[in-house]
Amino acid sequence: MTTVRIPPTLRPDAEGRREVAAAGTTVGEVLQDVADQFPALRARIFENGNIARFVNVYVGGEDIRTQDGLATPVAGDSTVILLPAMAGGGIAR
Amino acid sequence: MAHVDQQLEIDAPGARELLDRDPNAILVDVRGADEWAGGYIPGATLVPLRELTERIADVVPDKTRPVVLYCAVGARSLRAAHALVELGYERPVSVAGGIVDWLNRGYPSTMERTLEPAQRERYSRHFLIPEVGELGQLKLLDSSILMIGAGGLGSPAALYLAAAGVGRLGIVDDDVVDESNLQRQVLHSTARLGEPKAQSAKRTLEELNPDVDVVTIQERITSENVDAILAEGWDVIVDGADNFPTRYLLNDAAVWHDIPIVHGSIFRFEGQATVFKPHEGPCYRCLFPQPPPPELAPSCAEGGVLGVLPGVIGSLQANEALKLALGIGDSLVGRLMLFDALSASFTEVAIRRDPDCPVCGDNPTITEYIDYVEFCAA
Repeated sequence: MTTVRIPPTLRPDAEGRREVAAAGTTVGEVLQDVADQFPALRARIFENGNIARFVNVYVGGEDIRTQDGLATPVAGDSTVILLPAMAGGGIAR
Repeated sequence: MAHVDQQLEIDAPGARELLDRDPNAILVDVRGADEWAGGYIPGATLVPLRELTERIADVVPDKTRPVVLYCAVGARSLRAAHALVELGYERPVSVAGGIVDWLNRGYPSTMERTLEPAQRERYSRHFLIPEVGELGQLKLLDSSILMIGAGGLGSPAALYLAAAGVGRLGIVDDDVVDESNLQRQVLHSTARLGEPKAQSAKRTLEELNPDVDVVTIQERITSENVDAILAEGWDVIVDGADNFPTRYLLNDAAVWHDIPIVHGSIFRFEGQATVFKPHEGPCYRCLFPQPPPPELAPSCAEGGVLGVLPGVIGSLQANEALKLALGIGDSLVGRLMLFDALSASFTEVAIRRDPDCPVCGDNPTITEYIDYVEFCAA
């Protein structure tokens, strides 16, 4: 199983989980499995069948946009990181 | 062998005495050209160590003359002295402690400025590091760093940059100190509640280090004022903003002004840090072409943050800013560092410049400021 790291802002849609185990041989299959387990996540991370533009996906420390996108192969023991931008810093709104 | 190791080294007072006494003695600096440019010992000739064997015969044709070699701290010049022995030179010596020790003794150099005794004491732990030394300290004192925000990230970053002797620190913040800030914003204090953060920051930083000129800019950064603020000669920007419109605005402005941004962001237990160096690495838009939808973009005010987390990320930002100002080390350009306070782990991912980036790409489509609030609400 592949470990998928869920960012803090998406955890409410994944029952608060920080990591989710998912099956698949490509990033697309792994994320489909995640979406099957947590249907609320599907609408967040997928957009017209592709990854939503505000979410970066890393496999083996590399952005899948610089690899084969959803077809990027995933080894069984690898970690997939979902990473949206975070705003937080210092100036109060 | 004509010499043993001990005879290949001389201390700075000995070297100075030899150069004064013996008109035949010749002084050779074996450092690199960049180090030489920062200042050297008067009368020296530059022959970088890796060019030594091919060039020394031109500089010192007479192998009987005393050759006094120096580098930063004495390691390279000792290797040079050994090399000259191999080449048949009779009297090469390496200055132990190098130019760092020479300067610490107050001996002459071409540097326009030297440090006062109190500064020598204050920065003495920097002098002991060869990569910083007196030349590096002078670089820091000459550097200008702009802090966006005197809040969670800006507090530790500004404290360490001021302590390190960065000569000019700009603080952009239009907010006032609130009780809910004090759980993490260590620049401020209970006595300063209600005081503008930029003012409070200036008081704290100038008390810490009177060498630092703290410039307060009590404004919110906007498309209207950003050009004027960035035109003030900043070497590095430390971004501790807490909202997406400011981050995208600052990114675009920094690309156009060609100023590196040390980026940090935090949420709850997790933080990110990287360096965006225009045209050498990716920019913020290459990393995040689009902000999350507003409901997935809570600020710390909305989502909370562990008090110490900005201490970790803001300190990483100070580290990167100091390295950029000194021109040393491997910066976080092209690398995004992720920190998870709960698991106490760092993860690094690669980030690349996007040739199709609308701002820093090969054919930019955004060439002037846009409506950032609208862009981030879309």
